[in-house]
Amino acid sequence: MANPDEIVDQIASFGLFADLATPQLEGVAHTFEERWYAEGERILRQGISGSAFHIILEGEATVVIDGEERATLGRGDFFGEVSILLGEAPVADIVAKRALRCLVLAGPQVQAFLVDHPPVMYRMLQAQTRRLRIANRWRS
Amino acid sequence: MAELSDRPFPPGTYPVVVIGSGPGGLQVASRLRHHGIRHAVLSADDAPGGMFRRWPFFQRLLSWTKPYAPVGRAEHAYERYDWNSLLGEDPASRTLMPDLMDGSSYFPSRPEMQRNLELFAERAGLEVRYGCRWTATRREETATGTEVVLETTDGEYRAEVVIFAVGIAEPSRPATPGIELAAHYAETRPAESYADRRIFIIGKQNSGFELASGLLQWARRIIVASPSPAKLSVNTRSLVGVRARYVQPFEDHVLGGGVAILDTAIQSITRSADGSLEVRARPTAGGEELSFEVDEVIAATGFTSPLRDLADLGVATFGQSRLPAQTPYWESASVPGIFFAGTISQGAGGLKKHGQPANSGAVHGARYNARVLVDHLATTHFGIDLDRPPIAAADVVETIVDALALAPELWHQRAYLARVVSLDPDEGARDEGIVPLAAFVDGNADGEVSDAVALTLEADGSGAIYPVIYARRGGAISEHGVEPDLLLRYDTADVRRQVAEIVAGFGVGAARS
Repeated sequence: MANPDEIVDQIASFGLFADLATPQLEGVAHTFEERWYAEGERILRQGISGSAFHIILEGEATVVIDGEERATLGRGDFFGEVSILLGEAPVADIVAKRALRCLVLAGPQVQAFLVDHPPVMYRMLQAQTRRLRIANRWRS
Repeated sequence: MAELSDRPFPPGTYPVVVIGSGPGGLQVASRLRHHGIRHAVLSADDAPGGMFRRWPFFQRLLSWTKPYAPVGRAEHAYERYDWNSLLGEDPASRTLMPDLMDGSSYFPSRPEMQRNLELFAERAGLEVRYGCRWTATRREETATGTEVVLETTDGEYRAEVVIFAVGIAEPSRPATPGIELAAHYAETRPAESYADRRIFIIGKQNSGFELASGLLQWARRIIVASPSPAKLSVNTRSLVGVRARYVQPFEDHVLGGGVAILDTAIQSITRSADGSLEVRARPTAGGEELSFEVDEVIAATGFTSPLRDLADLGVATFGQSRLPAQTPYWESASVPGIFFAGTISQGAGGLKKHGQPANSGAVHGARYNARVLVDHLATTHFGIDLDRPPIAAADVVETIVDALALAPELWHQRAYLARVVSLDPDEGARDEGIVPLAAFVDGNADGEVSDAVALTLEADGSGAIYPVIYARRGGAISEHGVEPDLLLRYDTADVRRQVAEIVAGFGVGAARS
């Protein structure tokens, strides 16, 4: 039940937005939409196109691939960007593990948002690089 | 007191209680009557129409009705061109809006819309207990289950199912210091009283731009400001953003007239010694704080749903409008038995593919949601079997193509409502009716059948609108998009061929057609 002022307070501590000043955070709070998902609700659907970029404000979500649970995401984590950046349907279901509150940006708006906010793009790149490193470690 | 005792729906226990007599409440009531489900409709107002009894402020709607359209008014497909009529169960209560318009615009005036809703209530034979205000809510366990108890100004009502169609009409203001010095949009005075005034409008939604447009010929200077840039519907290619009707202030702004449209976070509003107001704001993109001396500040900062104490019952809400979070069938996602209709039904967001919302916030979308909701209650709560007419194998492809090309439910509620055709190799093809697409895709639609197609239209924000077919076989869903057509023609040989290919995979013999 957050208004933009409350959202600014919540996202100020998120790594993704660490380099933004308060007026920019207010811009983010107005650009993203808030959504609430009940426990068990599917948020992204494996193989179904047209999904959105999500940042978790509260709650937990499970990453499920072909019915198998792969990871748990929590406050400040984000998902959906990979399918948007590649223009493909998600390769996993994201399911609310318990009640989940997210900030959401529609897929078609992600590119313009990142280009307008280079520090966010840099932080996202860092996060992706960390994921890549973990994946590479598993492989080697 | 004969008049009082004549009022319908005295306090007591009803299977369903509906709150509200705007478009949502009326549409729900009409469908409940159709199914013969006993119910009570309560409204704090004294006549039907809801928000259209007061708004829009400048007396002209944002949703159109084309009196002359590519299809005749008697056709079901005409509903695609008429955004304002409610859905009648018989011809006398159908397609009422176009006959009530005076020809000066394809946007009905507010009084024309009010008349349209009043006439619907009359023609559909709807009864409403007017002047009955819902004041508080609680849930009680009974021998048969949980009841919702509604306290009202007329006494207590009890029901297993309550449908709230109370609109989104409670003025909402941000927490900005000094915001009490601003009037809310809902408190806007007659336009001429702003003659030669300097006006600061907070908010870049339609309400802010409606005011800016309507005050162009009165105000000396207009500043429209909020933290994020305005979106325009012609750019988002959806109802998201400022509608074309209200873009005139943008032209004035870019051509150097008296309007300024700024992306700033509002810091404070203070009263100066000379009676003027000072607004301090910081540009969202960075830079020096700005100061504006103005005569009026109007907060066009939106509205919230007047849900009273429902949050105390555990009804989860989200977003600036504090919409209740809902299941695909518009039930509170956190408290069973509490349902929503009308513009609040937009709290069930659906798949929102490519960021494109359904039109549930407007009459032309919400009217279909209300019907599907009541049909859902009919099957799940009242043991009513809905018609599932069989489709001859030879007609399956044509039935599907017809729906994709013409069905107004699918054209208005894109990627949100779907027509489901079951394709069981043993039972054959059946029309399963209109279903929320999210329920179909997630496998929890009413009367779930294993092998079926769900038909919808979608848009990806590029400007195209195109059919998409979701095919479910053996539990797996596949998505099939049809190539967009520039003129939106989808009853073509090419579409028939694609549909026939998909249907052939189900083995109901339709591929022969």
